[in-house]
Amino acid sequence: MDLPVDKVESTRASGPAAEGKRTRTYREALREALAQAMERDSRVFVAGQGVDDPGAVFGTTKGLAERFGRQRVFDTPIAENGITGIMIGAALAGMRPVLVHMRMDFLPMSMDQIVNHAAKWRFMFGGRVNVPLTIRCIIGRGWGAAAQHSQSLQALFVHIPGLKVVMPSTPYDAKGLLLASIADENPVIFVEHRWLFDQSGYVPEEEYVIPIGKGVIRRKGRDATVVAISHMAYEACKAAESLEKDGIDIEIIDPRSLSPLDDELIFDSVKKTGRLIIADTGWKNCGVGAEIAARVASDALGYLKAPIRRIATADTPTPCSFELEKEFYPSSEDIIFTVKELLNKSPLSPQPYRR
Amino acid sequence: MYLLMLRIRKFEEKVVELYPAQDMRSPVHLYIGHEAIATGVCLNLRKDDYVSSNHRGHGHCIAKGMDMRLMLAEFYGKKTGYCKGKGGSMHLVDPENGVLGTSAIVGGGLPLAVGAALASVMQGNERVSVAFFGDGAVDEGSFHESLNFASLKKLPVVFVCENNFYATNSHQSARHSNNDIACLAEGYMMPSVCVDGNDVITVFETARNAINRARSGKGPTFMECRTYRWKAHVGPDCDVEKGCRPREELDQWVKRCPVKRFRELLLDENVLPESEMLELARQVDEEIEEAVIFAKNSPLPSPTELYEDVY
Repeated sequence: MDLPVDKVESTRASGPAAEGKRTRTYREALREALAQAMERDSRVFVAGQGVDDPGAVFGTTKGLAERFGRQRVFDTPIAENGITGIMIGAALAGMRPVLVHMRMDFLPMSMDQIVNHAAKWRFMFGGRVNVPLTIRCIIGRGWGAAAQHSQSLQALFVHIPGLKVVMPSTPYDAKGLLLASIADENPVIFVEHRWLFDQSGYVPEEEYVIPIGKGVIRRKGRDATVVAISHMAYEACKAAESLEKDGIDIEIIDPRSLSPLDDELIFDSVKKTGRLIIADTGWKNCGVGAEIAARVASDALGYLKAPIRRIATADTPTPCSFELEKEFYPSSEDIIFTVKELLNKSPLSPQPYRR
Repeated sequence: MYLLMLRIRKFEEKVVELYPAQDMRSPVHLYIGHEAIATGVCLNLRKDDYVSSNHRGHGHCIAKGMDMRLMLAEFYGKKTGYCKGKGGSMHLVDPENGVLGTSAIVGGGLPLAVGAALASVMQGNERVSVAFFGDGAVDEGSFHESLNFASLKKLPVVFVCENNFYATNSHQSARHSNNDIACLAEGYMMPSVCVDGNDVITVFETARNAINRARSGKGPTFMECRTYRWKAHVGPDCDVEKGCRPREELDQWVKRCPVKRFRELLLDENVLPESEMLELARQVDEEIEEAVIFAKNSPLPSPTELYEDVY
């Protein structure tokens, strides 16, 4: 697929789009990407629990079944592993399936087909075949979703060679990365965040791709680098506004793709600021933050003026009670606290036990 | 048909002969004893029909038209093998012959065949998918998920269960609450038969009906083919000495050798004289010798090739 690569790089993760520009929500951007991909390429189809029901996966597949027919947009049995394998088989036979899961928590049901099959098929067979499969899945936060409807499992997939993992945070990136994932010859785990679905921003009408593996600087700054993943990019922007009032200027990097990861963008920023904080939506232990920290420690240690800090969910399963959720999930407050700590601008209180 | 059975048998026997030299460094799961199944099914398939297979997949690959030279080269880890030495005996693929790939995860290949059949329907072509798997796969969820979906969508799939009664060394009776595998498929509302998997004519005729049915849009069919593996779960030796299976059981099945039975049938019915059979055997020996020479003389991959083909 030859789609133009858009050069526009939004420097803000949120907020109203620039005046006069076309604005769409994250959910509309996803839906538009699916519709355009299906319109142009008859090999593309969408399957998954509820893609053709009235809820339409939080509205992201609304109207697609009516427009493209139920042979191309169809509900599936609740058989995550088998259905994933069936999508792999269809991909091997020349189709470009988009498999949709309402929750990322359901992916562990299909680990065998994702890890042992989709991720292996190209390498194991010497490059003679490939699996152009996009697996959309959704993470969330809050409202007592608790331990089985909230998990940010991206690190599990980043660990596996042969998979690509992307986590768009803006409507613009949601569309561009979804089109890129569908066009990609490899299996891509496409992780959406439910809190982003209503965010609106600039989304061009025409098709375009965001190259997988290319991050973006959301905000330029000099004092510390905050690598912020998915929804944490918003928290980082909020933190930046607050920190600015205290004369602290942070640089926010949204990697957008976790595998492959845009190392260079992060290294360059750290070389400039000398401080690194990674804010992830997932757990700290062996999480994406650990990998980024290790790469920076390995390749840019000499530039660091302070220890690397990771901001992540507490290393516990997700609780239900909103009081416990507040403790579990990191927010802009954690970013503000940590940045000040690294800059020695806050009283050196002991690190919160969970951070 | 006889030629193909002989080719599979002799190919596997050659692996048995060469394996102890320890330069074929890939675990081999031999097909000896099962030959009638791959032969009887695949001779009904078109070149562009799909096959998904498993760890015991050499027979399916040969029957689907794959090149024994490239297969053996793959077993030896050579650059010229089907997968450039990255797959080995358990992982063979050949898109040109419709082989979707052999999965060494039990039950892993079934959904792939179903998915390819889904693609056939969506693309409006008449390609049929065959999933080959063992009785072990019946234990897996992917078996049930695949049968349900294929039947739900009336997909052109033929499920071929090679029931050799053992998953590694676990007997079927230790694993299945219902030892009648074909009966399970009936629960998914598809025609299902249990046949003598060592009788190539029966397998051929059953498969022909099933494949025709699939091709004409009438949906999936299930075939349980009862057979027996002569060798151990993995490796060139027999496991009877280790006490994995009763010797009498193996002896009984060896008496029912699919190749021998078909040979006797051809002689009894005067279809093929012994002289021509010997000529075919000589021809197969020659092909295999050529494959061995090709494989052994092929270069190994260079270390840098490790990093290729991940994406």
